[in-house]
Amino acid sequence: MKTPTEVLAEGPSVHEGWISVLEVAVREVFELMLGCRLTAPEGSSEEPLDITAMVGLAGQLCGVMSIQCSTKSSTVMASKMLGLEPEQIDAEMCDAFGEICNMVAGNFKNKIAGLGEGCMLSVPTVITGNNYSLHSLTDTPVLEVRLQFERGPLVISLQIHN
Amino acid sequence: MNSTRVLIVDDSSVMRKILERSLRQAGVELTSVFQAGNGAEALAVLADNQVDLILCDINMPVMDGLEFVKQLPGVENAKGAPVIMITTEGSESHVVQALSAGAKGYIRKPFTPEQVKDHVLPLLGVKA
Repeated sequence: MKTPTEVLAEGPSVHEGWISVLEVAVREVFELMLGCRLTAPEGSSEEPLDITAMVGLAGQLCGVMSIQCSTKSSTVMASKMLGLEPEQIDAEMCDAFGEICNMVAGNFKNKIAGLGEGCMLSVPTVITGNNYSLHSLTDTPVLEVRLQFERGPLVISLQIHN
Repeated sequence: MNSTRVLIVDDSSVMRKILERSLRQAGVELTSVFQAGNGAEALAVLADNQVDLILCDINMPVMDGLEFVKQLPGVENAKGAPVIMITTEGSESHVVQALSAGAKGYIRKPFTPEQVKDHVLPLLGVKA
C-alpha cells in the first residue's frame, strides 16, 4: 500500500481508493462498539442530519473527519454503546457521538500505511442543529460514504486539506 | 475473583462507563471505581486512593496518558497496579512508547468486551 505522501502526490483520483477503507473503518466501529451492522442507504429519509461530529487530522494527512446523522439516531447510538434505553440518554449523546467520530478517524488512519505514525487527531467537536454551512478554505477533495444506521441516514466525510 | 479497585482515565465519560461495564462483564468484582478525565485528575485521585488496576486513554487534554504513566513510579497508591492503555492511537511507536513508559497492555479502540477481558484478567492473576 502507498504511503499517504505518495498517494497525495498522485492526485485526487487516488484518494478515491481510500473510500472503501473509510467505509470499513466506520463499519468496524459500529460492529465492535455498538454491536450493530450498518446497511446501504434506502432512498431518501425524512430524518434530518441535525448533529455533526468532527475530528481534525494533522501531520502527514491534514483534514477533517465528520459524521452526520439525526439526533434521534445519535441517541440510539449512545444507548447501544452504554447498554441503556434511548429514554435514559441525555447529556451523554454528544459525548458518545464525538467518541464514535474519534474512533472512526483513528481506525481509518491506522488502516492507511504510514498514517498511524504521522497523523494526529484532535479532540472531537460536536455541532447540533442543521442551519449551518461548513466552508473549507482549500480546493481539496472530499471523500464521502453514505450508509444507514437502523432507519436513519449516516454520512461520513473526510475533507482532505493536503 | 478478588475485589478490585480500578481507576479509569479517559476524557470521554461515555468511554469510562463502557470500560467499567466491560470489566463487570468480564467478571471483575469492582469494589471501587475511580474516574478521571485526564492524567492530572488521575494523579489527584491517586493522592488519596489506592488502586489495583488502571485503564488509561492516551489522547487527553491537560496531561496525556503517556505523561501520566511516566509519573506513576513515584505514586505510592499505584504501586503494583498494572496499567492498560486504551486508545485510538494504534501505531507501533505509540505501543512502544506506552510499554516503555510502564504500561502492561495496549488495547486499540474500537474494542470488544472480550478484548478487555483477555487483557485484564491475566494481569489480575485470573485465567480468562
